[in-house]
Amino acid sequence: MVRPPAFNAAATSSMRSPLRWLATVLVAVLVATPVLAKDPQRLRTRALASACAQCHGTEGQAVQGEALVRLAGLPQDYLISQLLAFRTGARPATIMHQITRGYSQEQLEELSKFFAAQKPAQ
Amino acid sequence: MMQRRLILQGLISGGALGLAGCASLGGTSAGKAKVLVVGGGYGGATVSKYIRLLSDHSIDVMMVEPNTSFVSCPVSNLVIGGQKTMADITNPYTGLSSRHGVRVVHDTVTAVDTAKKTATLAGGSTVSYDKLVLAPGIDFMWDQIQGLREAHAGGQILHAWKAGPETMALRRQLEAMRDGGTYAIVIPEAPYRCPPGPYERASVIAAYFKKAKPKSKVLILDGNPDVTSKGPLFKKAWKDLYGDMVEYRPQHKAVAVNAKTNTVEFEVQGDVKADVLNVLPVMRAGSLAVQTGLANANNRWCHVNFLNFESTAAKDVHVIGDAIQVAQGMPKSGHMANSHAKVTAAAIVAELQGIEINPHPMVTNVCMSYVDDAHVIHVASVHEFVPTQKTFRTIGGSGGVSDVRSDLEGRYAEAWAKNIWADTLM
Repeated sequence: MVRPPAFNAAATSSMRSPLRWLATVLVAVLVATPVLAKDPQRLRTRALASACAQCHGTEGQAVQGEALVRLAGLPQDYLISQLLAFRTGARPATIMHQITRGYSQEQLEELSKFFAAQKPAQ
Repeated sequence: MMQRRLILQGLISGGALGLAGCASLGGTSAGKAKVLVVGGGYGGATVSKYIRLLSDHSIDVMMVEPNTSFVSCPVSNLVIGGQKTMADITNPYTGLSSRHGVRVVHDTVTAVDTAKKTATLAGGSTVSYDKLVLAPGIDFMWDQIQGLREAHAGGQILHAWKAGPETMALRRQLEAMRDGGTYAIVIPEAPYRCPPGPYERASVIAAYFKKAKPKSKVLILDGNPDVTSKGPLFKKAWKDLYGDMVEYRPQHKAVAVNAKTNTVEFEVQGDVKADVLNVLPVMRAGSLAVQTGLANANNRWCHVNFLNFESTAAKDVHVIGDAIQVAQGMPKSGHMANSHAKVTAAAIVAELQGIEINPHPMVTNVCMSYVDDAHVIHVASVHEFVPTQKTFRTIGGSGGVSDVRSDLEGRYAEAWAKNIWADTLM
């Protein structure tokens, strides 16, 4: 079967097997639904949360066994209480007081909600 | 090579056809948008991953990067100091393709036609794009220091300011140096890549000397009027940990080197001779950006629209990372390049999906510096885009530096590295 190559690797690797190609297409259709892909607020929240990822992992999935905490799946109330405690200085920190003071309470609440909703990776 | 050529030719002639197969099932008629990313450092790799992620894999991404693995500049000073190995700072690119469906091509882009929206690869193939992201990093302005290009090409005077083989070459020079010798690092005027990097390097080399060559000396010859980042913390560490072993000399702007005598000459101050001379050349945006006409800030750095990091010189061309003319208080760092990449990815996804670009993007930066094997100091900042000023500003009351150096921050630095590598590549 000769299929023209594609720009991205997933589509190209799928050329090896027609079944796998079909599965990839179906997954792509399911994942790329317009509701998910064109929700401006969802995009902004994910972009806002991405600023935490350098230290706490993409979508809160920090590398395990290291000193920085995984945010994914922590309770929303806990997250917001800690972020606000960092901001006031009630919880001592090396760096988080300096970071949290750059964000509004609404932004910290948005981040807490986002990370609480992420399922921790196994 | 044959396979690569076939794939690239397919892109030109039949790529749209291949994509149409998916697009018709996906319910759109135009086919998937294509983003070409040039450069696979902290900026390029991150923007590749995040365009895929934030578009729910609905935008195709090709990343062109000559190196077959990612060698981190952050933490590379510890390889020079002997505290880490090259393996510790090297990661594969395979996660970008296997986990995120980025097409990673190990080649070099030799030319960009911003009017035709195509890029030419070293092999001669041409790739078309809807959006181009250039993350070319830095290149060197060799002519600013007379004799440096030749001394560097001969392997005698190294910079090791791009992590890779030169990192180990500098390490070997230090290992070969006699006890009682002098290592001198020469720092250009700001802006340059990684503001605290030279001072960290001096610190971890001093840590090595203290253990292995205690009669030796570390000389910091700075083209700037003072330490450009975390000055009081670095100076305190040098005094407390190394005493007279580390000597800091400001206002030393290098103008020439002599490879025969291993001597550096300065604009004002007297010549300095050293056993190991580590001269950081004056830096500019990566040569592809300069050649493409994007370096419109003093023919050195690239002005961008900070809302989406689009070049002010070419439409649908975005420039991120060390190559840009930075906003006030914005360092040229790996962490910042990763932050640029995320704002850019979100803006490109929004634009290609026909939704409004976030009018209020934010970026953060954290730079962690080792002052010995275990103790670390940081500088952190949070920046917001201010629409009325059309640039990023640091947010009042946020950011700052460490109170003291600590081994706790040393553990955080380890975790930072592991997490940013995963966030960039996995």
